[in-house]
Amino acid sequence: MLISDNLKEVRTQVQRRQLANGIFAMIGLLTILVALIILLGLTLQLLIQGAPRLSWDFFTSFPSRKPEQAGILSAWVGTSLVMLVTALAAVPLGIAAGIYLEEYARKNWVADIIEINVTNLAGVPSIVYGLLALGLFVYQFKLGESIQTAGLTLALLILPIVIVTTREALRAVPNSLREAAYALGATKWQTIWDHVLPCGLGSIMTGVIVALSRAIGETAPVITIGALTFIAFLPDSPLNQEFPYLPLTGSFPWINFEQLFGWLGAAFTVMPIQMFNWVSRPNPEFQLNAAAAGTVLIAMTLVMNGMAIYLRFLFRRGVKW
Amino acid sequence: MVDMEVNQIQPKAEVQNLNFYYGSFHALKNINLFVPANKVTALIGPSGCGKTTLLRCFNRMHDLYPGNRYEGSILIDSINTLGRGVDPIEVRMRVSMVFQRPNPFPKSIYENVAYGLRLRGVNNRLLLDEKVEDALVASALWDEVKNRLFESALNLSGGQQQRLCIARALVTDPEMILFDEPTSALDPIATTSIEELVLELKKRVTILIVTHSMHQAARLSDYTAFMYLGEMMEFDQTKTIFTTPANKKTEEYISGRIG
Repeated sequence: MLISDNLKEVRTQVQRRQLANGIFAMIGLLTILVALIILLGLTLQLLIQGAPRLSWDFFTSFPSRKPEQAGILSAWVGTSLVMLVTALAAVPLGIAAGIYLEEYARKNWVADIIEINVTNLAGVPSIVYGLLALGLFVYQFKLGESIQTAGLTLALLILPIVIVTTREALRAVPNSLREAAYALGATKWQTIWDHVLPCGLGSIMTGVIVALSRAIGETAPVITIGALTFIAFLPDSPLNQEFPYLPLTGSFPWINFEQLFGWLGAAFTVMPIQMFNWVSRPNPEFQLNAAAAGTVLIAMTLVMNGMAIYLRFLFRRGVKW
Repeated sequence: MVDMEVNQIQPKAEVQNLNFYYGSFHALKNINLFVPANKVTALIGPSGCGKTTLLRCFNRMHDLYPGNRYEGSILIDSINTLGRGVDPIEVRMRVSMVFQRPNPFPKSIYENVAYGLRLRGVNNRLLLDEKVEDALVASALWDEVKNRLFESALNLSGGQQQRLCIARALVTDPEMILFDEPTSALDPIATTSIEELVLELKKRVTILIVTHSMHQAARLSDYTAFMYLGEMMEFDQTKTIFTTPANKKTEEYISGRIG
């Protein structure tokens, strides 16, 4: 029987190919399981170990020589303020640079060199950025071993990531969308602002999240620029205790800028440094503090990501997809 | 060639000795053509003959990409739109375009149509509402979308999206509309509705349409230009082109021997 022979051959051949397909699916499943289990294990271990320390007092206490009284007040405030400076500096700069390079810059050898360099910068070890910042921000610009220096250093560190992801996001926007806007008489800027950016914003946001998540866990460059490891005070509050809260003055320029932005120049520590400090203590009680601080750091990253996802949702709704 | 004086044709646009280069590639060779006002003029020819390239010269889309170069002139109402001092944006505000694939903005139906007006600084809500409705009525889409103007344009079908793009091109009262194979991505029913629309639109605007379908050119156009390998082979009234073409290449193309 000619036909059934042929069919048999087809079947064995299909089976062989399906087998290869199945094997790859199994390997893929195994790898993802290994990654997930390790990640989950690490997080759970931190959580379980640190859980007894996670109390209101832990968040509102300064570090202390007694492990059960020590807290992360100065660390989480420091991390929050540094990340604020980092985000405010790196996000607008990085997105603007990405837009310029992708949409405006002429495509020639200069652009190629810039592209190669930006991509390489994303891979430079973070300690190198710390050294650069020590020379530039601390010694040259005299910004001090302060929140602003740390924020700008981490901003430099993540700038290449933001630029590269912005460019990739813009490149993924279909050209037909640009042509539609141009054909109606839009300028380049109107095309970018009204259509290209909203269309690429989701991907840009994802890049920003990845970049900020990297910055929040950085230790080496922050130590290099001189962050403290033991600090028992907070930066001065920019706001007054009672109404109208803003530090107003009776004469021009009406606002006390020194008070409003004074916190930028304050000494600080950040969560990863606090953790490192505790881990390196001989007293095992401090290990629990470190685990608790690690849990909080992960939670802070999650909150940050959540905020970015919410923003993305808001922008998307504005675009009326 | 058509004798303009005898036939009493008002030209809307005139192409004079146009050469166009993509970098070093000579894509259009010494093109001469006139586009009669308030008529449908079709550009036909085999793939790669330069008909879309010629169409995109009319609203200077080639300026968007580096390395493109024009020589010669395209006069629209006697003003050379390829002239040195002319901003391409000015040309695009006079000449609208409908693309091969429907490309609505990922915004609401209303905002898609209103965008051209917003670019011109129109912010008055009542005026916008009125103009958007007029354009959607003119593009035969109003009845289908009037209850969901603020839903995403991407939820429309392909044919509806293309009519939306026509409304978008129409809302600013352009002097001329360029159609770049507007039905090649659509099914036969959607194609029919777009063709009916084009015939309706020529009462108010000059139309230049690129089509790969000779039947479409025959159905729609008053005048037809046949292009081959970057050159203008023949331009005449559509019925002349399809019955007694003067050029041997034209005859070969319309009888299906080249293509």
